[in-house]
Order: sequence, then structure tokens, then C-alpha cells
Amino acid sequence: MAIRYTPEHEWLRVEGDLVVVGITEHASEQLGDVVFVELPEVGRKVEKGDEVSVIESVKAASDILAPLAGEIVEVNEALPDTPALVNEKPMDAWFFKMKVADLAAVEDYMSAGAYEDFIG
Amino acid sequence: MAGDTGLKRTALCNLHVELGAKMVPFAGWDMPVQYPMGVLKEHLHTRAAAGLFDVSHMGQVILPIEAVAALEALVPVDIAGLGLNRQRYAMFTNDAGGILDDLMVANRGDHLFLVVNAGCAEADIAHLRAHVPGVIVVEGRGLLALQGPQAETALARLIPGVAAMRFMDTASFIWEGADLWVSRSGYTGEDGFEISVPEGVIEGFARALLAMPEVAPIGLGARDSLRLEAGMPLYGHDIDTETSPVEAGLAWAIQKARRTGGAREGGFPGADRILRELTEGAARKRIGLRPEGRAPMREGVEIYAEATGGSPIGRVTSGGFGPSIDGPMAMACLPADLAPGALVYGEVRGKRLPARVSDLPFHPTSYKR
Repeated sequence: MAIRYTPEHEWLRVEGDLVVVGITEHASEQLGDVVFVELPEVGRKVEKGDEVSVIESVKAASDILAPLAGEIVEVNEALPDTPALVNEKPMDAWFFKMKVADLAAVEDYMSAGAYEDFIG
Repeated sequence: MAGDTGLKRTALCNLHVELGAKMVPFAGWDMPVQYPMGVLKEHLHTRAAAGLFDVSHMGQVILPIEAVAALEALVPVDIAGLGLNRQRYAMFTNDAGGILDDLMVANRGDHLFLVVNAGCAEADIAHLRAHVPGVIVVEGRGLLALQGPQAETALARLIPGVAAMRFMDTASFIWEGADLWVSRSGYTGEDGFEISVPEGVIEGFARALLAMPEVAPIGLGARDSLRLEAGMPLYGHDIDTETSPVEAGLAWAIQKARRTGGAREGGFPGADRILRELTEGAARKRIGLRPEGRAPMREGVEIYAEATGGSPIGRVTSGGFGPSIDGPMAMACLPADLAPGALVYGEVRGKRLPARVSDLPFHPTSYKR
């Protein structure tokens, strides 16, 4: 399945039965230099729209929302030590992996083309 | 000059856009917050080489030299004792002893030259006009700051005379027929200069500096992190009409001549409170904090003495990430008896996070004295 994009500027990639979540290049550019990342606890059960992660740049703090209901099963331990990865390689700098009830719901989010139109 | 956004534009607006700046509204002006280098690298570049800042939004005002006494009636600062071609930090106070604005005052021989904050410029000028005869608002000049350890090397290529200046000296120089007013000062904690330049040549002057390998354009984002690391207050955040100079940690800017027992004791708005606080101290003070973790504590974060329970003992007035100290830093208004090293807690997103009271500045200053 191709990568999908949320209106909150997160990208979603399906990996086996898991959904991998990160922030888009557009979001990382808008945020500026990222200096702090707080990851969710592994095992946390979340509802769609829950604030699960915090990202702070030199300018401001913002939340990363759970794109779907499910459970956090893995987090990217490299990010809190090296937050700059989010700016350097936003599509590789994943935040967390989720086990979701309905994997097909990922498809409801935007395609790459639709996201390009969305950010104008 | 105003564009269709209603924001005022400096004479360098087109150059900022050409350089790829991200422009934002600031105090009614359309200003560059960052360039493609980004805030973090711009900050580090300024500490390592030289950064060029457009600070033309700041107000430039001239007073006749005869106005020394009239200005002293508005500021708790020794203006009469300011030497020829010397500059000094000052603040306008109100009757309650609070701060209306902070400013720089230079003695340029036959006149005083003032630089005031953009956001306060209109009110400052009205305040000056109400109390000081002969106020001239400088029109048609922009203001640049060149800051960093290589600022002298870079600027001296255009104006060799600046190399002889010391911290807080001021001088005039001719560059390509234009009269430049230079001070060796700034708002970054680095050695450097502020240069008032006629608008007709300011773009050429800025381009001549930017062509040098040491010099990069720096936006307001890095200006803020640089001044915060240098422990300097920002008007409207760390200091305001509710904060006295003593509470603000600015007692150093009030010279002996204006203090109790001095040659021109008092005689400025709020003198009762300010002179009393200079002797007895203030109950609260602007204090530096280093959060122990990586999470920044930003403006508005409430500070507690305990990890749980209790009421806030103060709040963060400026906070963020310090690129040169590679960690978060904040200034807060807190009980004055907190000593460096004391442990307090900032409530960030509902969690009490530990922070240590720290001496200011966070990053050592490097002026050429």
C-alpha cells in the first residue's frame, strides 16, 4: 500500500499488520529545527485523535495525534536523542508503530497527490 | 512604507525575499523570522562568525544635547555623565516604578541618539514629545546589526575605523558618500556593531557585507535565542509596566548619580519605589532557569517549589532552546531569594518537570572592552 497522509500532516505507512506514523516534510519545514520529541508509552491504547506525542521546534510545541484507534507497539528511540532526524529525513524519522483494529481505514486518508493539493 | 498587508516594510524587504526569508508580522512590520539556513544554524553561525540582522523596525530618535536633564527626568540613568561618543542602556519608567520600554542612548556630541523598541516606538515618541523639547524622529534611515566574533573583521573591510572602537563606543563614518552612525553594541551577547544607514544605500551596504564569507543573514528567530542565551530581557515579555528595574535584574543600569545619596538622586518616574528597592531589594526577580530534561519551558509555564501540590511561585517570561548551550533555557519571574542551583518545577503539559535556578547569562558574553 502506498503512503497515506493526514490533514494533520502525518504520514502513514503500512508495514505487515502495523501502521508506522511520522510527520511530513512540509510539517517539518513549517516547524523549523526540531529540538525535543516526546514519544508515547509502548502498550498505550489510543483513540483516533488522541494526543500521543509531542514535538517541539525552536519556535513552538505541537502535538502528534493518533491517526487511528489502536495500540502503540513500538516507538523510535532514536528521536529523543537526535530530534534533528525529523528535519533531516522526515520520511524515515518515524515516531511510533500502531496495531490498529481496522487496517483498511488507512486508505481513507489522502494519497500523495491529494496531499500535495491539500498543502497547496 | 506599507504594503497591501498593512504591515510596514523596511528598505531591505525585497532583499529578504530574494534571500529566501520567511517573513512574519512583528510589531506592525513585515520582518524576516528566518532564512533558508534555519534558526538553529543562524544562531550558531552568529556565535562562530558574523550575522547580519535587519533591525530597521526599531525606532531611531534624536534629542538636542540640551535635553539631557529633560531625558534624565524620564529614566533612572546617568545621562549627564555619559561621555562623548559613548552609549548606555536605559529604560523609561512610569510613576509606579514599572518599565515603559528599554532603549539605548548615545551621546553624539551635539545630540543624543536613541534607539527604542519597534512595538513601543509610537508610545515612546509621544512620551518624549510630552516631556522633552526638540524631539526629532529619524526618517529615511534603516538600522543593521552585525554581530559575532568576525563582525569587526568583516565591517572593517568597508569601514576600517571601526576596528578602533570599544564596547559601547559610537562613531560616524562615511561609506560611499553616506553618513553611517555606528555603535559597538548589540543584542546577542557577542561583540558586534549596530549601524544606522541612510535608506538610499542600505541595500548596497547590506549586499557588500553579505558577499563576505563570514557574514550570513540572520532572522528574528535566532535574534531571540541569542539574546535569551545572553540573559537579556525582551520588552513585553520579561519586562513590562508591572516590572521594576530592580525586579528585572537591571539595577546595574542605574548609576550611582541617580541613586540615594547620588549627585542627581531620584527625579525620575517611580523613584520612590525604585530607590527603595535598590536599597532593600525586591521580593521577586527575573531569574534564569535550566530545565533538567530536554523539554523547553516556554513563556507562561507556571513554576512551583514542589513536585506536587502547592501554588505557583512564578511563571516563565521567556523560554526556549539554546543552540549554543544545547539545551532548554528560560527566564522566569520568581522569589528573589532563590539561589543558583535551587530546584524548582515547571508545569509543562500537566507534568511538573525539574529545573535548576541558573546564573545569567546562560552563554558567556564576549564584548571587546
